[in-house]
Amino acid sequence: MIPELGHFALILALCLALVQATFPLIGSLNRTPSWVALARPLAWGQFAFLALSFAALVQAFLGDDFSVLYVAQHGNTQLPLMYKISAVWGAHEGSLLLWALILAGWMVAVATFSRNLPREMVARVLSVMGMVSIGFLSFMLFTSNPFDRVFPAPLEGGELNPLLQDPGLAIHPPMLYMGYVGMSVAFSFAIAALIGGKMDAAWARWSRPWTLVAWVFLTIGITLGSWWAYYELGWGGWWFWDPVENASFMPWLAGTALVHSLAVTEKRGAFKRWTVLLALLAFSLSLLGTFLVRSGVLTSVHAFATDPARGLFILMFLCLVIGGSLSLYAWRAPSISRGGGFELVSRESLLLGNNLLLVLITALVLLGTLAPLLYDALGWGKISVGFPWFNTMFVLFSPLMILLMGAGPLTRWKHHNPSDLLRAVRLSFVVSIAAGVVAALPLLTGSISAGIAVALSVWLLSTLLTGLRQRLQRRSGVRGLLADWKGQGGRAYYGMWLAHLGIATFIIGVTFVTQFDIEKDVRMAPGDEIQLNQYLFRFDGAAQHMGPNYRAQRGTVKVFRDEREVAVLHPEKRVYQVQTKPMTEAGIDAGFLRDIYVSLGEPLGGGAWSVRLYYKPFVRWIWLGGALIALGGLLAASDPRYRMRLRARVGAQAAGKGFGAESTA
Amino acid sequence: MPPFVRYLTPLVLFLALAALLYKGLALNPREVPSPLIGKPAPEFTLPELKDASRQLSHTDFQGKVSLLNVWATWCVSCRAEHPLLMQLARQGVTIYGLDYKDSREDAQRWLQRFGDPYVANAFDADGRVGIDWGVYGTPETFVIDQQGIIRHKHIGPLTEEAIQREILPLIQQLKGEKG
Repeated sequence: MIPELGHFALILALCLALVQATFPLIGSLNRTPSWVALARPLAWGQFAFLALSFAALVQAFLGDDFSVLYVAQHGNTQLPLMYKISAVWGAHEGSLLLWALILAGWMVAVATFSRNLPREMVARVLSVMGMVSIGFLSFMLFTSNPFDRVFPAPLEGGELNPLLQDPGLAIHPPMLYMGYVGMSVAFSFAIAALIGGKMDAAWARWSRPWTLVAWVFLTIGITLGSWWAYYELGWGGWWFWDPVENASFMPWLAGTALVHSLAVTEKRGAFKRWTVLLALLAFSLSLLGTFLVRSGVLTSVHAFATDPARGLFILMFLCLVIGGSLSLYAWRAPSISRGGGFELVSRESLLLGNNLLLVLITALVLLGTLAPLLYDALGWGKISVGFPWFNTMFVLFSPLMILLMGAGPLTRWKHHNPSDLLRAVRLSFVVSIAAGVVAALPLLTGSISAGIAVALSVWLLSTLLTGLRQRLQRRSGVRGLLADWKGQGGRAYYGMWLAHLGIATFIIGVTFVTQFDIEKDVRMAPGDEIQLNQYLFRFDGAAQHMGPNYRAQRGTVKVFRDEREVAVLHPEKRVYQVQTKPMTEAGIDAGFLRDIYVSLGEPLGGGAWSVRLYYKPFVRWIWLGGALIALGGLLAASDPRYRMRLRARVGAQAAGKGFGAESTA
Repeated sequence: MPPFVRYLTPLVLFLALAALLYKGLALNPREVPSPLIGKPAPEFTLPELKDASRQLSHTDFQGKVSLLNVWATWCVSCRAEHPLLMQLARQGVTIYGLDYKDSREDAQRWLQRFGDPYVANAFDADGRVGIDWGVYGTPETFVIDQQGIIRHKHIGPLTEEAIQREILPLIQQLKGEKG
């Protein structure tokens, strides 16, 4: 009975979405206040029904109701409670339900936190989000209903994929979806502005905090995914350029470009068309990711149950959403006015450079991801695009980007005297080159890549410090700093500061771990000792160990340095009871400057095992960087000026720079 | 050039991408060309599943068109394709099995419970023979002709569609060839 209620709630949510996509929008165009006023309650209604539907599915998993096909496939009586809940979004149908619920959550957030926006604008934004919601709800109801029954009901369920039975993976998809779906808010704001024909600084100001928050979630989701891959897949890699990873990385890149471009549009009224296009692009790439993951056009370690009929449905949906929005763009863009002009050396042009690089990298990642499909479709054969392509691309473009990143925040809007800029960065430049050369010396690392990475990071750090010093001088001391924290624009600045520091940290982590990690694949019998770098590893054998729903061989490896015990690690080889796939649980001794990582391979008889030992310097810095970036984004999004009542000043400014003020060809 | 043409560029690019994706839906990325196709079946000799005293080897494939289905009781998709194998067996298709990294008791219980479509099953407990056959996941199904040459490999569970469109026509064609 409860699954049927869930199903019914889903249908009602779709009905509400249909109303929401049409009435408020039409009402905003022909000025019918009662229709406009529908937007907010409809958003709440959709959220309520989807929450009900989601709760019904959670209940089915908790109660082991195997008469529901989806539960029979992915649930199991032996699953620990946490994984019974995370199994809800562990596969295709349920993850779609989570997607829809999160979309409704964002709608409610827009309805609640945008009281100071013009009502028509909110109505249009919610209508556009309603259209997206129609797509996902009908996709679910027509091709992937999570509440389908199965008869006769099996006695036991097929269990959640053991790879996903992990705390990191329980929260990774919701975070990622928050990001993907959150991009729909920026998208809807852009579409609403295109429909209304009013494209101004106020629009950029409204979009910014939403975009930032969505981008923060995406950052957290990707970082968690990378961290999970590291400790769960058993070979110490942290990024695989898998199509599904790329699917999350592309919206992130486009979102990063959007966050920066929105700043220019808000502050200077420039780049309007470009910003709109980026807002459309970021969400389009999120949708494309959904298509790639679920249609089966590409192979991936993450493959969901794929089905060409589903693929066709999503493709049609993509064509409607992306094709429709780009058509609207082509129609409206010619009449969007140009913003304020700027000179070659100005913050605008540096940000434009950063944007172009980010979009170029996005395009190259897309090309690399789709290349196997392209070759196949054109009959050129089968290829796979791997690490070398993507890595070369990053090595090629990131130094240029970092150079711009360092100089950008030190440059003034509109015009900056080139010799002043040179004077401001001179010291940073010298210091970073010197640091790079020292780091590359044979005595220290002897690696040119490490030298470049250190130089780039020091460049970022020292320009950030220069910027901070300049700011503090202008604010005259600690009291000024406090005021700065509470005032407008302060947190946005410190947020930028933290996020850029995160990039510096990330570069060090990535380069050092790729350059200096040490790996040994050895056979170890109990009592065997192996030296790796300064560490001595002793294998003390493996013993049987029982988990709640798995059996494991649990190894004990003691690690010594200078005769002193540093760590006792317990790598495991698990066999889950239902899906008897062997899983590795690595034993990791985490540290700020290095990780020691041990994983069990295969038993070789007589108590001996093949064991993989890794020494991974600075690997934590990768995720530390991700965390700093996310923290910076949150700080920036919390800037008080986004919560200000809309002032008349902004309105007046907007009218001048609005749509159709000048025509450009 | 009218001004709006410039702004159509993103749309045109997207439509090209959509066309590519549409074409991609009809393709199968899992269809990896196996180096074994057109080659004789790799040599092996393994005990039979139900009767360990009997032996099964690559020479058994000679003189008839047959399928070799790689399966295991721990493999969920194998269970999904099992009814299709039963149906093929009823249609008179000769199916050999390679029971891959499995336990003898589990496998026999499986066949009792779900039915036995196989004329015989090679029992590959440690997966050594699987390696020679290039198995990288169960289930996989090979089509072997009368000379014992591998002609087709299907990766993943068989589907109704794959059987009707690929497997059965190929079996008909191979039966027509001189043995």
